[in-house]
Amino acid sequence: MYGQKAILRTMMLVSLLMLAGCGVNNIPTFEQEAKAKWSEVMNQYKRRSDLIPNLVESVKGFADQEKSVLTQVTEARAKAASVQVPADIVTNPEAMKKFQEAQATLGGALRQLLVVSERYPDIKSGANFLALQNQLEGTENRISIARRDYIEAVRIYNTEITTIPGRWWRSFMYSGSKEMAAFDIPVEETKAPKVDFGTKKN
Amino acid sequence: MSNRRNVLGSGGTARHVAALLLLVALALTPGAAFADPKFPALTGRIVDEARILSADDRAQIESTLKELEGKSSDQIVVYTAPSLQGYEIEDFGYRLGRFWKIGQAGVNNGIVLIVAPNERKVRIEVGRGLEPIMTDAMSSLIVQNAILPGFRRGDFPGGIRAGVRDIKDVLLGDAEEVKKRARSIKPRSQDTGDIVPLIIFSVILIIFLYNFISQARQAQLAGTANPNDARRRRLGDGRAIVVPGSWGGSGGWSGGGGWSSGGSSGGGFSGGGGDFGGGGSSGSW
Repeated sequence: MYGQKAILRTMMLVSLLMLAGCGVNNIPTFEQEAKAKWSEVMNQYKRRSDLIPNLVESVKGFADQEKSVLTQVTEARAKAASVQVPADIVTNPEAMKKFQEAQATLGGALRQLLVVSERYPDIKSGANFLALQNQLEGTENRISIARRDYIEAVRIYNTEITTIPGRWWRSFMYSGSKEMAAFDIPVEETKAPKVDFGTKKN
Repeated sequence: MSNRRNVLGSGGTARHVAALLLLVALALTPGAAFADPKFPALTGRIVDEARILSADDRAQIESTLKELEGKSSDQIVVYTAPSLQGYEIEDFGYRLGRFWKIGQAGVNNGIVLIVAPNERKVRIEVGRGLEPIMTDAMSSLIVQNAILPGFRRGDFPGGIRAGVRDIKDVLLGDAEEVKKRARSIKPRSQDTGDIVPLIIFSVILIIFLYNFISQARQAQLAGTANPNDARRRRLGDGRAIVVPGSWGGSGGWSGGGGWSSGGSSGGGFSGGGGDFGGGGSSGSW
């Protein structure tokens, strides 16, 4: 009686040990990691969104004739903010796509605003604008890094749940875990703009 | 190994094998799309690969940096790059900072000043923890007003010295803040974090296995009469061994837990485990 219990207990311990060594925890670990990276992405996009009102304000007084660009930026920001971000966005490619598109539009509008601003010496030399431009560039840089980190974390997680032994663990312990969606729009498109003095467009 | 087992188990069709090989190949190429540039070894607080600093300059800047780390635990490293290997300096910078792990773990208070004379680019790469103090705007001011004027004159040592001086002033500007950072360093223990439970588990495993085998042998020896009797006796012994055994294992290891964080003391310098998220500012001349 006692002997059997001891053997059973031994077996349990040994199997526990083997579980820990075989990556049974990998799926939840990588999942949490990817989710943390995602919140960093959201964080940086929010940071950019928060910068915009001040940026627009600092340009407004100087460049009344560039109203269309300013409106564009404000509208793109409102649109990006109004995109519903469901809780399961990381495993929902469609929601992810919508979110990305809205952010990419906003990024494009911001780039244009910066290009336009370059034409106005009064804006360019304003200390306020310079500081904001600086912060915007820094934020764009952080966004691209946060996105890259997230893509990498998703790659690790998706590889884990689709390869052995992770695939086995998933099939009998974490059947709820789905593949996560990465960004489709390349990082390069969100990079800070190269200012081109030659072009003249509205 | 697990690969082969599955192939045999599923009948081993050629398609299945091919799919598996593909998955394995994918798993074995970590971040092919995110390949890092080739980074030099962190040989000290100044890694002058572009050879633009004299021995005197190096000694002078190094002592400033060492003093700073002594006060606030902030780690600053100066790197002069012969080439950015085709990367943007922003891209190069955070990867280098992460590769070297400049700054203390958890506090992430590292800064890398990168000078690329051939690309005519300079960047102050700020660790996550220092972003509120060395803001992008502040980094930009230092780059534009302290570093670049020297560089434009061709005076690299002067520009770097002025930049380091200003960075230090900013970091030490708020005395309370400095104290808080210096206090918040914990001894690095993550390195042993994975090992301790493993050791404990191995000790338990060995004892249980030993127990199991001797039980079996005892049962064999007792053989005909009553195997349960023999097992029960061994169980009593086994428990007596197991409990002190597992405690002894953990006790022995906790002693090895404290790692000194390298940089702050002694001659050698190493990164403390800091992380970078893209803070800072760049300039060109």
